[in-house]
Amino acid sequence: MDLFEYQGKQFFAEYGLPISPGEIAFTVDQAVAAAEALGTPVMVKAQVHTGGRGKAGGVKFAATVDEVREHATNILGLDIKGHVVGRVWIEKASDIAEEYYASFTLDRSAKKHLGMLSAEGGVEIETVAEENPEAIAKIWVDPVDGLDEETTRAWVAAANLPEAAVEGTVEILLGLYRAYVEGDADLVEINPLILTPEGKVHVLDAKVTLDGNSVFRHPEYAAFEETQTRDEREAAAHEKGLQYVGLDGTVGVIANGAGLAMSTVDVVNQVGGGAANFLDIGGGANAEVMAGALEVINNDPAVESIFINIFGGITRGEEVANGIIGALERVDIEAPIVIRLDGTNADEGRAILAPHLSESLQMASTMLEAARKAVALAGKEA
Amino acid sequence: MSIFVDENTKVIYQGLTGTQGRYYGLLNREYGTQVVAGTNPRKAGEEVEGIPIYANVAEAVDATGATASCIFIPAAGVRGAVLEAAEGGVEFIVAITEGVPAHDEAEFYNRLRRDFPQVQLLGPNCPGIISPGKCNIGITAGHIAEPGGPVGIVSRSGTLTYQALYELKEKGIGCTTCVGIGGDPVPGTSFIDCLEAFENDPETKAVMMIGEIGGSAEEEAAEYIANHMSKPVSAYVAGVTAPPGKKMGHAGAIVSGGKGTAQAKMDALRAAGVRVGLNPTEAGEHMADIVAELGAN
Repeated sequence: MDLFEYQGKQFFAEYGLPISPGEIAFTVDQAVAAAEALGTPVMVKAQVHTGGRGKAGGVKFAATVDEVREHATNILGLDIKGHVVGRVWIEKASDIAEEYYASFTLDRSAKKHLGMLSAEGGVEIETVAEENPEAIAKIWVDPVDGLDEETTRAWVAAANLPEAAVEGTVEILLGLYRAYVEGDADLVEINPLILTPEGKVHVLDAKVTLDGNSVFRHPEYAAFEETQTRDEREAAAHEKGLQYVGLDGTVGVIANGAGLAMSTVDVVNQVGGGAANFLDIGGGANAEVMAGALEVINNDPAVESIFINIFGGITRGEEVANGIIGALERVDIEAPIVIRLDGTNADEGRAILAPHLSESLQMASTMLEAARKAVALAGKEA
Repeated sequence: MSIFVDENTKVIYQGLTGTQGRYYGLLNREYGTQVVAGTNPRKAGEEVEGIPIYANVAEAVDATGATASCIFIPAAGVRGAVLEAAEGGVEFIVAITEGVPAHDEAEFYNRLRRDFPQVQLLGPNCPGIISPGKCNIGITAGHIAEPGGPVGIVSRSGTLTYQALYELKEKGIGCTTCVGIGGDPVPGTSFIDCLEAFENDPETKAVMMIGEIGGSAEEEAAEYIANHMSKPVSAYVAGVTAPPGKKMGHAGAIVSGGKGTAQAKMDALRAAGVRVGLNPTEAGEHMADIVAELGAN
């Protein structure tokens, strides 16, 4: 779950990190009112779930309220890599002496938390990592031990930050680690972390990704969930608790398990077709889930045929079969369906489906055969 | 032989009194697994279809001599359940539950390494492990697995694990053990743990590996195969045509360092001498070729 910058900053502020005063605005008038309340100069910053805002013209300095009006007018509605800006963050402008980079994320290989700190912030950190890797000081934190002040001091020393920035940075990193752990974040990143001419270390940007699996112990995440941006198809699938990614092809794919769903998309591609989507109905799929999945696919105008690929482990064959039949009764499915069903109680499932088979509801015994049929049907329709 | 579990493995089911735990616990027993106990602090003294319920894993171990545990409880309780199992004295823990927070996984993985180095954790978010004909712990449909050998299977993906078993059974090829390590950020058991165990198992003559996009576990496995495996390996990596996933900010991109795509994983595996299939069926065919060649030697 990605947070907008302002949400990330508010999240950081709860852990004592120094952020600039600011207000969120959904309209130009709100932006102007915010700037008047804060006092100029301010920054007008597009709030989108993607990087590269600055290059796209989504971050502007405004010396006067008139400039705020001008920039807010230009930025609201701006398309940044497919994300249309619906809100801007109006923030008191800061003077910058130096820019640093700080983050925590999970290192899957080391199975520990990885902290990265660099005196070369404010730029694409991937570029620094590639061209000048020694400019990034890394530490691996064992989650059992956590991060103490002594370790943090040594880490900051390794990053060669100027003396004036050391105390403030140590304090921020300790707070950032707490936010990362207590907030169950996949990623917390400050780029840039700045040193002001007055010698204060300050958070100027915030990138936060929260772990959706931890929602059960974070009721406060509900507010962030409401602001997630998804395309229409993805939003409809998400509402039904389905894992969905929209693609460009014409074969609608429904499978159980992320691996099988990916593999199904691969196989459709290999036999010369293209998948319209990746849809994983997950482990505990029942009739209702299957019906929901079919509804989502059915609402996609690009879909010319549907490939349902189920291998039963936790999902039982009868459930799949009854789900398909239930969905067919509830929704008028337009595209022909090819089903490949195997695994737990597959025979029972196939027996339930058998009397319903027709030109528009076919069965295949292997993934490849099913993919060929589905691709052929998609071609025929087109 | 088999790795990690066999016909002598006695298993406790944490969550046997829940819907999923009961369903799969009983299916596993029907398969032949020694399901000797369940745990539930509020239902100690009761039983599920003749299987006694104890208050916790320690009591269940004392009473039954169980050495393995299978966790079928909701995600919020998995951290507690894993540590309870380790403290209770089992050596092998299978956590089926999906949706466990990554921070919990990182925490209990490192705690086990430190305080219980003899304990092997499999999962979370995995289908479990089956040594066909001997022991099935988890949610794999036992009938799709051909007992015997000579192939060992290790897979990151649940349903593709079954697919692999099925592809081999269709060809009449048996499996010593099939391990579903799961696709979560911090899996308790890695590809390498399984490859090492298969390399040391005399009955396993070849290994089939199923990977997935993301992370660098397949690349690390490829390095291990190149340097330490004498047995032939076939592989499939899911997600060849997957669009680039949502990037976890800059830090995520740095951690993966260009690794993580299906293509990079397949290239690394090929370079290590692994026969890589473009779909599960092709990987199965490669394995059939390998088995035929082994027979010819």
